[in-house]
Amino acid sequence: MSEKVVEMKGITKRFPNVVANDHIDLELRRGEVCALLGENGAGKTTLMKILYGLYHADDGQILVRGLAVTIDSPKAAIALGIGMVHQHFALDEKLTAAENLILGTKQAKTVLNMKEIREEVVDLSRKFGLEVDPDSKVYQLSEGVKQRIEILKTLLRGAQILVFDEPTAVLTPLETKDLFKTIRALASQGHAIVFISHHLEEVLSISDRIVVLRNGKVVGERLARETSQAELAQMMVGREIEQVSRLKGGETARPVLEISGLCALNDKKLEAVRNVSLTVRKGEIVSLAGVSGNGQKELTEVILGMRKATSGKVIINGKDVTNKSTKAVIQQRLGCIAEDRVGWGLMMDRPIAENLILGLHRSSKLSTKTPVTNFLKNQEIQQYTKQLLERFDIRGAEPNAPVRLLSGGNLQKIILARVLSQEPEVLLASQPTRGLDVGATEYVHKLLLELRDKGIGVLLISEDLEEIRALSDVIAVMFRGEIVGTLSAESATSEKLGLLMAGVKETEAVKQ
Amino acid sequence: MKFPFRLEKAPPPSMLRRALLPVRALVATFLAGAIPVMAAGANPLQAYYTMGVGALGDMIAIAEVFVRAAPLMLTGLAISIAFRAKFWNIGAEGQLYAGAILGTLIAINFPELPPWIHIPFMIAAGMLGGALCALPGILKIKLKIGDVVTTLMLNFIMVIFTSYLVQNVLKDPFTRWPQSPPITDTATYPILIPFTRFHLGIVIALFAALVVGYGLIEYTALGYEIKAVGSNEVAARLAGINPTALTIKTAIISGSFAGLAGVGEVAGIRHHLIATLSPVPIGYGLTGVVIAVMSGLSPLWVVVVAFLFSIIINGSQTMSRLTGVPIFLSEIFQGLALGFSLLFLFLDMYRIRRVR
Repeated sequence: MSEKVVEMKGITKRFPNVVANDHIDLELRRGEVCALLGENGAGKTTLMKILYGLYHADDGQILVRGLAVTIDSPKAAIALGIGMVHQHFALDEKLTAAENLILGTKQAKTVLNMKEIREEVVDLSRKFGLEVDPDSKVYQLSEGVKQRIEILKTLLRGAQILVFDEPTAVLTPLETKDLFKTIRALASQGHAIVFISHHLEEVLSISDRIVVLRNGKVVGERLARETSQAELAQMMVGREIEQVSRLKGGETARPVLEISGLCALNDKKLEAVRNVSLTVRKGEIVSLAGVSGNGQKELTEVILGMRKATSGKVIINGKDVTNKSTKAVIQQRLGCIAEDRVGWGLMMDRPIAENLILGLHRSSKLSTKTPVTNFLKNQEIQQYTKQLLERFDIRGAEPNAPVRLLSGGNLQKIILARVLSQEPEVLLASQPTRGLDVGATEYVHKLLLELRDKGIGVLLISEDLEEIRALSDVIAVMFRGEIVGTLSAESATSEKLGLLMAGVKETEAVKQ
Repeated sequence: MKFPFRLEKAPPPSMLRRALLPVRALVATFLAGAIPVMAAGANPLQAYYTMGVGALGDMIAIAEVFVRAAPLMLTGLAISIAFRAKFWNIGAEGQLYAGAILGTLIAINFPELPPWIHIPFMIAAGMLGGALCALPGILKIKLKIGDVVTTLMLNFIMVIFTSYLVQNVLKDPFTRWPQSPPITDTATYPILIPFTRFHLGIVIALFAALVVGYGLIEYTALGYEIKAVGSNEVAARLAGINPTALTIKTAIISGSFAGLAGVGEVAGIRHHLIATLSPVPIGYGLTGVVIAVMSGLSPLWVVVVAFLFSIIINGSQTMSRLTGVPIFLSEIFQGLALGFSLLFLFLDMYRIRRVR
């Protein structure tokens, strides 16, 4: 057994209403990849933020290389050789890769010796397979390369202990493969690695040791070679998980959403949606696969009447709604589960009941029409809310409590409950399980299949290949605003989808 | 050496704590206000006592508290409703004058109309004036012109425009004063308590806040939509609400209440249009902002806080006369009240923790 570099003992961190870390013990060893696995809110990120000096533990002790230390800022953490690669990159987009790398380091003296710096960067890149062109500006680079810069940043600052916070969330499958190679190389050079994730498959393939957290406590520790996905899932959730199985999708039915030749600009007035054509039929799930930022957001906004289409058409239930108001689109029975739950979906400072009735508040069930105005039936609203909370199994929620007190999974359920109670015929679901834990994800998947079987047409926008392959009848891949390939569910393999998502055209993809 | 305190998000405050915000702010105001009172050479306890007696000492004084509270609750209500939709209407002052102008135009004419037609006619005109004056605020929707700026600037325009009117076009030819001709008897708000100035407008203001305003916010679909758009415009939009139309409706409702306040001042108190309907330097319009924030945008608390402010403003006059402190202390109290309200709102959301 190799040398322990970090020991965290009895770490406890309390937030209002929740204990995020409850007496957690964790050891990190030289040359070992240790995965922190757990559902959202299990306390993984909190624990690592404590190690990196972003949070302060209420209780507990940290030993680095056998010595008790106080880490009260990221600066102190860096001095101890601890580095963190965050989920959201902290890079200056207008500077070059090399310039970003030296920001805040010893090399950033009054006079910059760029030559020396570039040499060091190239050297490190080569050593760990982190290919980066030191002279390209960051905004030109893909997410994968930006992540490499982040990794290099920590290495340049002398990190021996590296924390990766959900590093694969922004990567394509191919980029993930490269990242894993790098992580392996780092470990073999004696770095201690922490890999935070809630993807079982990834965790099993990259780590040596897996520590599972649930509700702020360590529920178990396994060596990767001695465990299985099923065991880990059960530890994570605390019960057994059923795998969602795909049923045969709907036959050639009536189209409910038809998009043809759609083009639109993004906020920078650049073409973000290029000639997109897509048909969703009654009772089928059509997936739009692709890495975020390839025009999916703009496409959603055009469908919803929140962004102007420069050309092309959107037809819902046979009615042309191109460039019509959002209200007109919604009236064609389109429901939207937005990607940005908090920003688009919820009224965080309002009670749960108000969040659930939004859109139905003028229905005859919930309000009385008078010549002056519609009066809300507050009693019926309370009852209706309780029914929905029960039907969607949103536990521990009171109709009058503010919605912000709910967990991520329950917030998504609130949105689902609201959208579905409006009985849509077309459902636009954008990243519906992103950031959700295994249990909630399973719930959403089952629900989407149920809706499909009831005859609702679903357009699923996602970058989770597992999800896409498990649910879809038809898969379209979007890259740089274009649909670069459309596959049937049977013919779509992860490799094919991955290549298409990375921008390799269909004909080339088929050859590979 | 590190700063030994840290700001953290706190759990949401209890309903009671939230509801008691105006009370807490008021207690703090009087404690802190003792310093300027002492600096002015008076005993704070004695000063506050005279303030209370001055404002509530006899029937006439109490009636005056109602007289003062009426426009305050209307502007406070106007702003509360606008702020609920995140329509930052800082222009209740201008809307008050716009209401007064249109109301006056109706009130100085049509002497042959019976009061039960003339008064509603004047009220409708005044509310229309306030609404029209609030509408430029919605320029933010299409042209991205800040609603704070447009509504605030219109305050100055309307006050100066009123001043122009009463010195030129609308000037009463029979006096030397800058004022309009007197309104007709048929448009004058009747006095409801003899030998006081307790007029019909006070009852109208109370009805507007307690029944119309509170009912709108708590019991109607429109009020719900106002809260929804204010809380998350995109979510509201995705539920089929048209935020543009809703903001226009909100502006109209908000402006009409401020306009109604202007009508009340003309028809109930002054009986002609003047350019100083609302006391300087802090007019009813801007005081309404303080009242709205302090009430947590709740129409019920707006009424309570409007009375408290009315007591402070009226009582300060007596306090000044009897203890010799400057009358401007009243404005210091109002400023302190706003400051403490914001401070307590902030402290309800965050807490300060000592770090080792």
